[in-house]
Amino acid sequence: MTTIRYLSLSKPERALVSIGRFFKGIGIGIAHFFKKIPSAMLKVGYAISKPFRTLFDAFKNGTWFTRLNFLFMGFSQLLHHEIFRGILYLAYEGVFIWFLIKIGISNLSKLGTLGTFSPTSQYIGDVAEGTLVSIAGDSSFTILLYSLVTILFIIILVVLWYFSIRDAKSLQDNIAIGKNSKNTDFLKELVDKKYHKLLLAIPLVGLVAFTVIPIIFMIIVGFTNYDGRAHADLFDWVGFDNYHNLFAGFTSNGSNIIGEVFWQVLGWTLLWALIATFTNYFLGMIVALLINKKGIKLKKLWRTILILTIAVPQFVSLLLINRMLTPGGFLTRLFVQWNWIPANTSPFDSVILARALIIIVNMWVGVPYTMLICSGILMNIPEDLYESARIDGASTFKMYTSITLPYMLFITLPYLISQFVGNINNFNIIYLLSAGAPKFKGNIPTFYGEVGQTDLLITWIYKMSMEGDDKSYAVACVLGILIFLVIAVISLIFYGRSSSVKNEEDFQ
Amino acid sequence: MEKKHYASKRALEKGNRILVYAILIVICLIWVFPFFYLVFQSFGLNPNPKSIFPGPGNWTINNYAQLFTNKSTPFFSWWLNTFIIAFFTAALQTVLVLMTAYALSRLRFTGRQALMKLILILGMFPGFLGMLVIYYILKLLNLNTSIYSLILVYAASSMMSYYIAKGFFDTISKSLDEAVLIDGGTKNTVFWRVILPLSKPIIIYTILVSFTGPWGDFMFGKYIAISGGLQVNEFTVAVGLQYLTGFDEYYGVFCAGAVMVSIPITALFFWLQRYYVEGIAGGAVKG
Repeated sequence: MTTIRYLSLSKPERALVSIGRFFKGIGIGIAHFFKKIPSAMLKVGYAISKPFRTLFDAFKNGTWFTRLNFLFMGFSQLLHHEIFRGILYLAYEGVFIWFLIKIGISNLSKLGTLGTFSPTSQYIGDVAEGTLVSIAGDSSFTILLYSLVTILFIIILVVLWYFSIRDAKSLQDNIAIGKNSKNTDFLKELVDKKYHKLLLAIPLVGLVAFTVIPIIFMIIVGFTNYDGRAHADLFDWVGFDNYHNLFAGFTSNGSNIIGEVFWQVLGWTLLWALIATFTNYFLGMIVALLINKKGIKLKKLWRTILILTIAVPQFVSLLLINRMLTPGGFLTRLFVQWNWIPANTSPFDSVILARALIIIVNMWVGVPYTMLICSGILMNIPEDLYESARIDGASTFKMYTSITLPYMLFITLPYLISQFVGNINNFNIIYLLSAGAPKFKGNIPTFYGEVGQTDLLITWIYKMSMEGDDKSYAVACVLGILIFLVIAVISLIFYGRSSSVKNEEDFQ
Repeated sequence: MEKKHYASKRALEKGNRILVYAILIVICLIWVFPFFYLVFQSFGLNPNPKSIFPGPGNWTINNYAQLFTNKSTPFFSWWLNTFIIAFFTAALQTVLVLMTAYALSRLRFTGRQALMKLILILGMFPGFLGMLVIYYILKLLNLNTSIYSLILVYAASSMMSYYIAKGFFDTISKSLDEAVLIDGGTKNTVFWRVILPLSKPIIIYTILVSFTGPWGDFMFGKYIAISGGLQVNEFTVAVGLQYLTGFDEYYGVFCAGAVMVSIPITALFFWLQRYYVEGIAGGAVKG
């Protein structure tokens, strides 16, 4: 269809045409996808086989120095003036072997059962006169954690082993054409060509030790029945039971209360994230517009007053507002006076009021941030856009909807998405303000924590894994993974599309 | 006729402006109110959440006196602990964040995109589920009985917050780097001689954010305090204040403590406000 023909259509017809195009596009996309499969498979196969070909080549055409690298990582480097690299390779191999003998093997061998002996106490000698000695049993927690670390060590070893052999082979090739390396080359490269390795090494170690390992551990625990109590306890693999209980676990009377609660909490979490993000965004933008309006004086003062809320620790202001909203608190008394709630009750007894209050307080917390960000961008909007709009006789409102809003939305889309994700995991405001109240009706096993109707998934997880005597760390981990899936899907849909991510290089 | 038209327009604009001022004043009152409430409560003799002001004759500084002298509320040691933790966290975290941000913004290496995606994904997991494991790792390092292990925990997560600094570095022109490289400098020179001198706002922003973080974080501190069996005087301010909210009789002391925490941080924010705003505006959203 030509452009002229398309433009001559009426609006509904155009809509139909674009819908048609949309579906046609999907069809073509799928066809392309299948067409690409054979060549993609070839590429993947090539990429997978490359390391093996390199290894084979190094073994076949390598000198004995290179071949010894298969056994002693860094051997060839040590003998060919690449001392630093060689020492690093060899040192890792040494640490690895020490770790494997000392900790790795014994724990890895128990991974299947997660340990069988529970800790006991035993009398040595006569019961009456002997001394009580406690015998350490297996700790499933320790076994799982050490096994995880061991597997990580093995993976790193394999990767380094491959690199050391590849390096040794290229070293040999370089020597063959007369290019000898110097010991100091390594250091020189570290501040230039390989500067990223120097810069990222320490942050990466921190990330792996304190973020990656805990998260992988968490995912694995989702398949056990660990309750989160003492570390010395034994627990077992349960497969997908936790997932099953959450989605299809029925109690004896045929109802699946946890399933129902789960969907309700998930629904409220998403609703909350949506409302909280948009109320904050628009209110923050309006405040920024008001402050930046021409002819308004004391701009700095207004801004400073709002920044005050950022400076005071959030948990202090939230606990304070919580105090005002307790049954005797003065806001509660105002609500009673206005007949919003019956006397001697808390505002958090009614679902709707509790949710509304949380959203309002969240605006109080979040608007200053949005205001700051929006002010910065508002000042960057070219003034001539407004000038020409004014000459054309546009009203203030029209200018807002046609210039300010599109400009802001375009630039702040990544920020909006990160806010949305942040709100899904907004722990503080719910936990400190309502603590989830009011509670769900019905008998929820204490095992699942005291979940309430303003609880987000994140606060539910906290209650389940950290509070009370009857905990369920494993189910909490399952919920954590589910949160992750929800957020990942949302971010993948929007994040990849936002222009500032796509055109990263354009900004530089 | 013409003249009258302008006059009415000017009157309209004036009316508009008065309306805007009125709205701004109301907004500011709403935003400041909780702090005045906090301050008034902290000076109340029998502070209670029922009224905003302590009644006449009920004003006292007893809460503050108790905060600093009472052995069961060792506010000064809490403050000192938090200050030490915040100081070292700020130093370490700023260095690590800037290093990460520079590498991800300026250097091109295989796995860069993958690393950025990995960090994005890691940020989507609820962090506190990892507390158990982190605590265990601290125990292996024999650090679990000290509140200062929080420094390690906060600093280790620096890589997760590279985003704003990277956004800022991205806006610095790459031709500057190229000039240095052509003159025989290394990428190390670029970092120290070009990027850092141009990045004052983002450096101060990072310091400010990482310094104020430990003052407000009670979750992990509380976990270490309870699991590690710490004494009350080993708490941080946030953990200590959170602990005070458990006792009704300490409500006034809690308010006084909250005021004492807020004052230095607020002062810091006032002092460095310009950089904070520039950092957020320059780094959060690439324009």
